Amino acid sequence: MTAPASLPALVDLARAIRAGDTSSEAVTERCLAVIRDRDPAINAFIAVTADAAREAARAADRELASGHDRGPLHGIPFSIKDLLDIAGLPTTAASHVRRGHMATDDAPVVARLRAAGAVFVGKTNLHEFALGTTNEESAYGPVHHPLDATRSPGGSSGGSAASVLAGMAVASIGTDTGGSIRIPAAACGLVGLKPVFREVPTQGVVPLSSSLDHVGPLCATVADAAAIFQVIADAPGREGSVPSGTVRGLRLGVPRTYFLDLLDDEVARAFDETCARLADAGVILDDVVIPHAANIAAIYLHLALTEAAAFHSRTLETQPDDYTRTVRVRLEAGRYVLAEDYIRALRGRDVLRRDVTAALEGRDALLLPALAVPATTLGSATVRVSGVDEPVRNVTLRLTQLFNITGHAAITVPCGSTGTGLPIGAQLAGPSTAALLRVSAALEPWIRGHAAAGRA
Amino acid sequence: MTPDDWLESARADAGRRGLPDLRAALDGLARAAGLLRAADWNEDASGAAGADRGAPPPAR
Repeated sequence: MTAPASLPALVDLARAIRAGDTSSEAVTERCLAVIRDRDPAINAFIAVTADAAREAARAADRELASGHDRGPLHGIPFSIKDLLDIAGLPTTAASHVRRGHMATDDAPVVARLRAAGAVFVGKTNLHEFALGTTNEESAYGPVHHPLDATRSPGGSSGGSAASVLAGMAVASIGTDTGGSIRIPAAACGLVGLKPVFREVPTQGVVPLSSSLDHVGPLCATVADAAAIFQVIADAPGREGSVPSGTVRGLRLGVPRTYFLDLLDDEVARAFDETCARLADAGVILDDVVIPHAANIAAIYLHLALTEAAAFHSRTLETQPDDYTRTVRVRLEAGRYVLAEDYIRALRGRDVLRRDVTAALEGRDALLLPALAVPATTLGSATVRVSGVDEPVRNVTLRLTQLFNITGHAAITVPCGSTGTGLPIGAQLAGPSTAALLRVSAALEPWIRGHAAAGRA
Repeated sequence: MTPDDWLESARADAGRRGLPDLRAALDGLARAAGLLRAADWNEDASGAAGADRGAPPPAR
């Protein structure tokens, strides 16, 4: 297993393109070459748009040469989760249910990236209809982790994460209904951002659960996530300034009960070491409590499955065999939820929102792990944690789904790796995406363990 | 309908529809519904606060 020493940051490539050190065409050709060489084994892509990408890259280079600069994404190769519409391409959602679909328009997020000069190299594989965290159930086959083909890259945006980690795209756009950006980002050593609910439009995106769905980037650094967020958000905002390089005095709340109760030993150790590095740098960490944390999974299950079942009810009747079996069963379960229990879950959402808001009071962000276990083994329904075999789906959603329920912004940043080199991610959550990005950017060197002593 | 009653009828319907592998998912939903019904945020027509109400019937 060989992890890349460092992934190329979007913002660095953007500078290099403008300095003439490279070109959009060269960067794009490099991505396409990696796709050609490695994707037969990784299976990150459902569709590769090589010709259109080359054409867009050459156009980007011509525009930049003529002085027309569309900003930091200009000429940067992106992959797009195949849940978002790109005009002229099918949006498969990794399901045979979508056979014959053809998008006539770009989703607003895609249109904004296109207007910013992004180059699309293709559409990425995912867990069917985004209803899963491993990418194993896909009409196009499972995605394999670029560092270990026997493992899942996480999901549901697993193809997106794998494409960036392998160097097949510089950044990707994914969706996150219970953690589907942050889980694969953590499993693949990337930064993954779930913005505040409804800050990034979901039109033109196949829904999973309409009150939980979010769109956001998977990329190499927090600065990259901020650059992409500035383009795809309705009103990105600029509040919450953190002086560059200064973290002393920042306040982070650590929700230990429930969130740290079920962790792989190496994840727990990496998280403890991250907390120690931050404390050494002068960050003030204190414990906080989410009083209703024990209800998170029950609330999530009732919201997510019920909303998903409503969207899929007709096709579950007319083409049930076009779903993978596991996804079909999950969707069918949602059809049995009683309305009164759905209402209880909606009220529970308000309670959790108040819990998180109270925990953030007087603090810059919450800090917790992003994923309780390293990348899981393909084909395993359970994963052993603290000596007990737990369902993979429950364990992988455990630390992320809260912020889908409450709508708070959340981001994962790499914080270490296992003894075998599998990435481990920390997660920060806050009330405002712009403020969270600034805090995360300041903390990033200490979270990664890259900060030089004395820089606090 | 109690979670137990719901679970019994849901299992029967899933069996009738030829979806026996729904059983585990329905069991999980019943446990989750039991948690939601026991939560302290629920309002009660009797006016009793959440903690004053009796525990809901446990889901099998």
